[in-house]
Amino acid sequence: MSKSHTITSRLLLAALTVAAAGCAAKTSPDVQGAPSPGPPLSAGSPISVPAPPAPSAPPAPVGEPVPVPVRDEVIVASSLDDLNRTSPLQPVFFALDSNSLDQTAQTTLDQNAAVLRKHPSWAVMIEGHCDERGTAEYNLPLGERRAVAVRAHLISLGIPASQIQVVSYGKEFPFDPGHDEAAWAKNRRAHFVITAQ
Amino acid sequence: MTRMFRLALLVALVGVIDLVAIGADPQQPPTPVSQSPTPTPTPQQPTDITTTLTGAGGAPQMAVPAFVPLTRDEATLAAARTISQVLFDDLTFEREFALIPRDTYSSIPAASSLDDVVFDRWRELNIDGLVIGTVQVAEGVLTLEVRLLNVRTRQQAFGRRYTGSPADLRLYAHTVSDELHQQQRALRGVARTKLTFVSDRDGDRLAGTIENRGVKEIYFSDYDGENARRLTVGRTLNITPTWSPDGRSIAYTSYRRGVPNIFISNIYQGTLEELTKDAGNNFLPAWSPDGKRLCFMSTRDGNPELYVVNRDGSNILRLTTHPSIDEAPTWSPSGTQIAFTSDRSGSPQIYIVDADGLGLQKITLESYADRPTWSPPPYNEIAYTARAGRSLDLKVVNMATREVRQLTFGEGDNESPAWAPNGRHLAFVSTRTGRKQIFTVAGDGKNVRQVTRSGNNSYPDWSK
Repeated sequence: MSKSHTITSRLLLAALTVAAAGCAAKTSPDVQGAPSPGPPLSAGSPISVPAPPAPSAPPAPVGEPVPVPVRDEVIVASSLDDLNRTSPLQPVFFALDSNSLDQTAQTTLDQNAAVLRKHPSWAVMIEGHCDERGTAEYNLPLGERRAVAVRAHLISLGIPASQIQVVSYGKEFPFDPGHDEAAWAKNRRAHFVITAQ
Repeated sequence: MTRMFRLALLVALVGVIDLVAIGADPQQPPTPVSQSPTPTPTPQQPTDITTTLTGAGGAPQMAVPAFVPLTRDEATLAAARTISQVLFDDLTFEREFALIPRDTYSSIPAASSLDDVVFDRWRELNIDGLVIGTVQVAEGVLTLEVRLLNVRTRQQAFGRRYTGSPADLRLYAHTVSDELHQQQRALRGVARTKLTFVSDRDGDRLAGTIENRGVKEIYFSDYDGENARRLTVGRTLNITPTWSPDGRSIAYTSYRRGVPNIFISNIYQGTLEELTKDAGNNFLPAWSPDGKRLCFMSTRDGNPELYVVNRDGSNILRLTTHPSIDEAPTWSPSGTQIAFTSDRSGSPQIYIVDADGLGLQKITLESYADRPTWSPPPYNEIAYTARAGRSLDLKVVNMATREVRQLTFGEGDNESPAWAPNGRHLAFVSTRTGRKQIFTVAGDGKNVRQVTRSGNNSYPDWSK
């Protein structure tokens, strides 16, 4: 009963993922309502203010959460959001202006690699983040460097490269909004997001 | 194509606000002016220019009293009030005229024609110039007459009539300001230019992520932050917008595909192009001065490098090949060189390179420097962000003398400079009031003005 429920959930999830991927592949114009043709700096042709976007539909319930693990230590969640909320992959932290992995970071990555080995079907996005002290622009490649350093280390531990993507958010999404050393230390990180189960 | 386009733009603009030169004889009733959108540009009459104001030593002293509403209806009253106030602000911004405070002349009667001007009273204030104007909104058509009078000679130095839609009152003031600067000072004003920037002001949240992250969207506005419009509705992270040289498109970085890619939004057609859809993270587009190519940073070959690509995505060329970070490109006004940031020396510094990848030169010797932005002619300066002590501050290097000057001094963090098209101002991001806001500053570090006030705002770029 519980097992068939799990399978149903997964099928549903797979269908949703395919549907979402299909949507994402389309190019949608980002200007709401083409304004009347006219020159950019003219008075008579104001650009209509885009209507606020329709709120996205809440994620469809995908069956009940399944509390019973299928197999020991294998993590099963009813949705990616639920899965990521439990943070099975721990973040890695960096020194200022640095993408070096210290001993603590390497220990964390050993543990993450062990989790990933048990879940070869997971696709993982490694997000590189920076604190607010660097410039916005330089932090974009710096965050990417951090994510790449983590990815390279995981690959050296035997995780398939195809399982891991990287993205940099520079200093756009700090985890701690504070402006002190404690906040900055939390914000210089590589953060793991599971994008497919 | 650019020339054709400019012609079309001119015709269309004149169609919106018709303007005629008005002579010094105020008795002559104004000739009826065809109402927009009939595109009949009236050439400026040579007799229009009778005087150029000069100040005794400094900038000419100028008074701009409230314009006179010719009727008492609400639309006319509002138009008169708004246009004269915005003109006052526009003229103040460029600092070519010294505008004396309005309360010093509030007792002098308003003049709706040359005959009404109480020149003796204005002379007592020891001013050089007086701007008077009349406004009327009737049957959906706004008519504005503006004159600049030389208070010493009692001659008219500038006189024009504008008619058109009352929809954007501020545009009338911006147009008058630009034309006054052009006629009186041979200066290209920026009152009709635009800014683009990133903002979370609408407070939307990202859809479908685990963290509660805010959406950042692309906006554009007048140079003073008014008339802000939201360009993107992607409900994702959108950053680093930049105006195409013709002002009709904005290229920016969007995470709508999960990883950052560069998109070009043709804002008056409502169409979107994907410049990059290859591997890697792609950021920081910069238009070549002719608008035919873009330079950007990409990790498609495994390392942050600079690439140049045609506007249609074809003919991609790799510009840098160094294992360090190379990012934040900006083109020289001639299009023959590109300045960028590299940390190949150990810390991020500004470099320049020829557009073919040769002739690399290191420009800065800061502890940390980023986001170069190359000024338009006649200046040859590169502004950038530097780490100065505990803060980020703006600096400018003169490329002829290599002299460096600092524009901000630790009032919060100050970064991401972008030149105004006349090379006299910079837009930038500052945390001096708390949250990140867009400000403008003159090239000498003076005249700091706050442009945005709502939400967090970043990555400004000024239209060309």
